[in-house]
Amino acid sequence: MNAMVDPYTTEDGRKIGGVLMDMRNITLRFGGVEAIKDISFNIREGEIRAIIGPNGAGKSSMLNVISGFYKPQEGEVHFRGSIRPPMKPYQVARLGIARTFQNIALFEGMSVLDNIMTGRLNHMKTGLFAQAIWKGAAEKEEIENRAHVERVIDFLEIQAIRKTPVGRLPYGLKKRVELARALAADPKLLLLDEPMAGMNVEEKEDMSRFILDVNDEFGTTIALIEHDMGVVMDLSDRVVVMDYGRKIGDGTPSEIISNQEVIDAYLGVAHD
Amino acid sequence: MTVVASNTAHASVPRLLARNAASFGSRAAYREKEFGIWQSWTWSEAAKEVDAIALGLLTLGVNKGDHIAIIGRNRPMLYWSIVAVQSTGCVPVPLYQDAAADEVAYALENCNARFAIVGDQEQVDKIADVRDQLPMLQQIVYADPKGLRKYDHTDLTSLADLQDIGRKQGDKTLLQSRIDEATYDDTCVMLYTSGTTGRPKGVVLSNRNVIETAKNSSDFDNLSEVEEILAYLPMAWVGDFIFSIGQAYWSGFCVNCPESAETMHADLREIGPTYFFAPPAVFEAHLTQVMIRMEDASPIKRKMFHHFMAHAKKVGPKILDGETVGLLDRLKYTVGEFLVYGPLKNRLGLSRVRIGYTAGEAIGPELFDFYRSLGINLKQLYGQTEATVFITQQPDGQVRSDTVGVPSPGVELKIADSGEVFYRSPGTFVEYYNNPESTASTKDPEGWVATGDAGFIDKTSGHLRIIDRIKDVGKMADGAMFAPKYVENKLKFFPNILEAVVFGAGRDRCCAFVNIDLTAVGNWAERNNIAYSSYQEISQHPRVLEMINSHINEVNEIVAGDEMLASCQIHRFVILHKELDADDGEMTRTRKVRRAVVGEKFGDIVDALYDGSPAVFTETEVTYEDGRKGKISANLQVCDASVKPVASQKVAAE
Repeated sequence: MNAMVDPYTTEDGRKIGGVLMDMRNITLRFGGVEAIKDISFNIREGEIRAIIGPNGAGKSSMLNVISGFYKPQEGEVHFRGSIRPPMKPYQVARLGIARTFQNIALFEGMSVLDNIMTGRLNHMKTGLFAQAIWKGAAEKEEIENRAHVERVIDFLEIQAIRKTPVGRLPYGLKKRVELARALAADPKLLLLDEPMAGMNVEEKEDMSRFILDVNDEFGTTIALIEHDMGVVMDLSDRVVVMDYGRKIGDGTPSEIISNQEVIDAYLGVAHD
Repeated sequence: MTVVASNTAHASVPRLLARNAASFGSRAAYREKEFGIWQSWTWSEAAKEVDAIALGLLTLGVNKGDHIAIIGRNRPMLYWSIVAVQSTGCVPVPLYQDAAADEVAYALENCNARFAIVGDQEQVDKIADVRDQLPMLQQIVYADPKGLRKYDHTDLTSLADLQDIGRKQGDKTLLQSRIDEATYDDTCVMLYTSGTTGRPKGVVLSNRNVIETAKNSSDFDNLSEVEEILAYLPMAWVGDFIFSIGQAYWSGFCVNCPESAETMHADLREIGPTYFFAPPAVFEAHLTQVMIRMEDASPIKRKMFHHFMAHAKKVGPKILDGETVGLLDRLKYTVGEFLVYGPLKNRLGLSRVRIGYTAGEAIGPELFDFYRSLGINLKQLYGQTEATVFITQQPDGQVRSDTVGVPSPGVELKIADSGEVFYRSPGTFVEYYNNPESTASTKDPEGWVATGDAGFIDKTSGHLRIIDRIKDVGKMADGAMFAPKYVENKLKFFPNILEAVVFGAGRDRCCAFVNIDLTAVGNWAERNNIAYSSYQEISQHPRVLEMINSHINEVNEIVAGDEMLASCQIHRFVILHKELDADDGEMTRTRKVRRAVVGEKFGDIVDALYDGSPAVFTETEVTYEDGRKGKISANLQVCDASVKPVASQKVAAE
């Protein structure tokens, strides 16, 4: 699997670099339940990496391990060539890892703009006192961050809802706002937990286009969990397949489609 | 009038730009909201941007007289491109941004465009789809680089790069000589008509057409450099060309471009234009929003709103027209302005509107009066591409919902025996591009142009009234004029009536089909505790029939007051058991009724209308959304309406 670590260029001209994140023999237990059993795989710089599997396969747990929220009992997480020590979520965010959630986690009462501004928190250096005085450094910083956020708003085409409270938005748009907030942090690695769950076909197409555009424009590495196989096959460069906490497949979408074990896991297999 | 102006400072748009840069150099010429902030450009900054684009175009090798397509949403960059194209002696051809790829291909091929300046990736992709049909197309220039970074740039350039090249390598002397060479008779712009019949035709408008029209219409409404407009209607539409380029350059006012189509309402509020144009549909959407919000407001606010709106309806239009209104009424109106009208206008973004126009289709009197009663000077105009917009318009203080006004300055009108309206004006188009037959059949050698609309001059007001498209106007059996759309529009102004089809051509009296509006009637039924289970059932409910009957009687009364159309009163009507639908071929996709199809398909019902039977049983084939077909049958009541006696001039004459 680690044979192809040389940088290469995809057919559509995107550059895939070396290994950004390497998960080595990860095992995660909750009490007596083994959610993840001895899984190894890596994520390369600039690629779109999908994690798929039936319900309860341990996909979200895996994403939480990548994001540093869960600490695996066994195994190592290597980030940019060295072992990543246990970290607090804010420290992970400072490393350049941002995420969206399966169940939208936005501030419902705040406007879209304010929600996305929270994504810039790690880029604000001025202290409480300077913020209170406002004039000078704090103001300058706010303007810079706002400019960055506005570029994200423009990118995701959500100008029309800039001032709308998030609570008033339909589901599909909330998902897009969540993506905007993650993007505002300027992440190196973007983790998307079911970005298209509950969307209709048109919303899925929009979201797919945005994911590809993010990867293309900013070179952001993306790891995503998704159920819609069509979407996964179209979007991702490589796919990891999980079932009951085990890894049962890893490779390009075309390799995955023809993998017998994956087919069995998805379609079920006759028991004797 | 024209000899004086030609070859002077005002003979072309680029020369007006130079004049504006000299006289209003530091005033804002353009604003666009981007990244959440209104960016603005003064006239002298705009002139520099335009020059840079023009110089860049010259380096691409544009020849004098080339057609260059412009496709995209309203953005300063694209407006500058239009003027830059004119500066180089070429002809800008704005196209609709939502046109399908083959429509764009047709236009590009028809005008032999070698270059296209487009807004964004969407337009680039669209042209790429049909590129192999367009061998003459050399280069595409785009304004917004988003998503285009990785495209093959051999025949693709960004507008910013083009400007850079222009600034560095452009031939300034050549550009100046091209600007100086322009005459009043050179082509200013070519616009494709929407082409409801057959292929679109390129309407060629000269500098004379555009600048004379801009001058006359600016004088008519006293437009000056202080006006603010919001440019949100399609750039390929002649109206936007006249408002955002013709009048804006003549008067020197500021053109504001919204951030995106969806933010138009919010941007409208922020800009607060002083001169505003919208088709009736936009005004209607605004009004519906207001009404829905008022229903959700607290009881005190709601009461206050309805109380003062009733008062505004009574005296508002009179105050606007400068008629005498009692002191008490005026005082109350002032209080209303403070409590209701002012805040409401602010919410609508219409606080500062000095002149508003609506056109395109008939506007309902209720809708029209609502805006006028708030003190918004909303007026109607009548025009078409071939006239460089203006044929007639309403002067301040003489505004009525059922006329379209007096001839615009410089326009002559005549009504043919057939009832068709003809005009002749300085704005009359030069020709249809490469289409001498169509030009000849539309414009006669003396310069009179047929509008295709039937109308007459209202005797009391002297205003023009448009009745219908001339091809829809027919004669009844006794020779009286039959104008179905005129009556149908009157019916459709009632919220309960969604659609109406009037029959009567070649017959002795008129009868009608009516479609109820299920939303409105359903609401009414709920309030009145009327239970129903289907569209069909509610449509035949005795109280619904009664309600529609009263609407028809009202319309009959109005129509009877009109001596030319009194015979178009509706004698009998049926409420149809299904909505007319484009899927069943009864309407076009743009929701225009196909009269002939409906008449044939429901022939049995039409027969029942005329043979006097009280009810009719019918069976109709319907197409479901998934394409399956089914049959619905119904027993329909045929109702009699009350008709005013026709004080027929025919009888008097005989």
